[in-house]
Amino acid sequence: MNTLRRWFLAPASVITILLFLAPTAIVCAYSVLTRGAYGGAGQPVTVENFFRVFDPIYAEIFWRSLWISVVSTLLCLVLGFPLALFIARSKRRMLFLNLVMLPFWTSFLIRLYAWMFLLRDTGLINSLLLSAHIISRPLPLLFNDFAVILGLVYGYLPFMVLPLYATLEKLDPALIDAANDLGAKPFVTLWKVIVPLSRGGVAAGCLLVFIPCLGAYLTPDLLGGGKTVMLGNLVQNQFTTARDWPFGSAVSLVLMAAVLAVLFLAVRRKGEDLL
Amino acid sequence: MRRLLPAYAVAAYAFLYLPLLVLSAFSFNASRFTVWHGFTFHWYAEAFRNQQMLDAIFNSLVIGVTASVVATAAGTLAAYGIWKRRASWLTNSLYLSLLTPEIVTGISLLAFFQWIFRFLHVQLGLHTVILAHVSFSLAYAVVVVLARLRNFDAILEEAALDLGANEWQAFRRVTLPFLAPAIVAAALLCFAVSFDDYVITSLVAGVNSETLPMVIYALARRGISPAVNALSAMVTFGLGALILIAERLQARSKAGK
Repeated sequence: MNTLRRWFLAPASVITILLFLAPTAIVCAYSVLTRGAYGGAGQPVTVENFFRVFDPIYAEIFWRSLWISVVSTLLCLVLGFPLALFIARSKRRMLFLNLVMLPFWTSFLIRLYAWMFLLRDTGLINSLLLSAHIISRPLPLLFNDFAVILGLVYGYLPFMVLPLYATLEKLDPALIDAANDLGAKPFVTLWKVIVPLSRGGVAAGCLLVFIPCLGAYLTPDLLGGGKTVMLGNLVQNQFTTARDWPFGSAVSLVLMAAVLAVLFLAVRRKGEDLL
Repeated sequence: MRRLLPAYAVAAYAFLYLPLLVLSAFSFNASRFTVWHGFTFHWYAEAFRNQQMLDAIFNSLVIGVTASVVATAAGTLAAYGIWKRRASWLTNSLYLSLLTPEIVTGISLLAFFQWIFRFLHVQLGLHTVILAHVSFSLAYAVVVVLARLRNFDAILEEAALDLGANEWQAFRRVTLPFLAPAIVAAALLCFAVSFDDYVITSLVAGVNSETLPMVIYALARRGISPAVNALSAMVTFGLGALILIAERLQARSKAGK
């Protein structure tokens, strides 16, 4: 079957080389060029762009991306764990699991729009609170870090629940019964038996949430307001408004390097393939 | 804990679904504002009267169908090639493309197209959007079909070869029918991913290639518009139905092992 298989790889190979590897190579090339007078790029070759990423102004964006991603990941873990536990113990597991995944596959953009609809000054939450006379002026719910984190947690919670469910489902119920028989209270069982045994799922879930959070663009763009909130926005800004493609390329490569570093650390710790 | 867990689950599912349900409910609101004024289909009619929206829906459908057909065809063949005979550079590249943040994929493709255009006299447009969509949905197609192939018993194919079929016939008559549900699921998934994409599309789109997410984004930026609520409700339920079908097919293909 070998000849046939080699031919079968051809179309996907062509697509991957032309539309993934070549574009990546071009970004690498751009990242070491100097910005031209009218937004172009040219000689001399330099590593200046990479140093600029760590300028205080840009380093701040880098750190903010990092802490927003960490907080969002932890919130997903705290919110996702009990949900995964519920699904793993329920009788209709597939139904409940699909119910978690379904919103994820419907439009991401529309899910962000839905939160804008709820959180705006004239949005549903503020209108309800105002008409009930609980508040006298709208709460600033949208266009801040809180909204961005909410959006990220909402967007990527399914990525946390899925691997957690996979490990919790395999957990031997006899171990829990043993803990109960030996007199452990439910929360002690949870903390001392269930949580330690699901460490693999926790690591995989955190990875699957953290990586897209770090590279997020649309969520901070729509829910964070006009400011450059995260690295994704910085990249977009350099390629559109600022027209500094070499610097934008350098930021993209730093972002990719961060993603791969996180992945590499996680895979090495687990000692097996995650994908 | 026995009682706490279900109560928590209800709250979690409410968190996941309420924003979309509330948005859909308000698409039937007679008032432009977020105060309930009675039931109407007015905004749905308005969405369908808006020529810009209709053009965008048409573009999104053309892009989604073309890209998902191409990506699924190439992805199915590639999955078959990768299965057993490992093509590690291709597999790794595909995984890497799944991990790449959308914004990075978008600017890479933009930089690449602009570079190519120095030599060819073409511009950004529908064709660049389609190429970009083929590129990012390919990995999804490969992953879905490969998952099904892992359940496939190679002996069936060997039997076909022993009985005198050539390689192509064995693939065409034995393997391909087995893969059919996964191929349909992959195509639906690619379509859903393509139909929803804003980030990459907005960077590589040119004249006359505005897609539905681009229209929704522009309107969302400007403020809340009930016509967008109506459109969102339709897209949400449309894509939701599509995904349920894809999942059904995948579940069946796993069961029919």
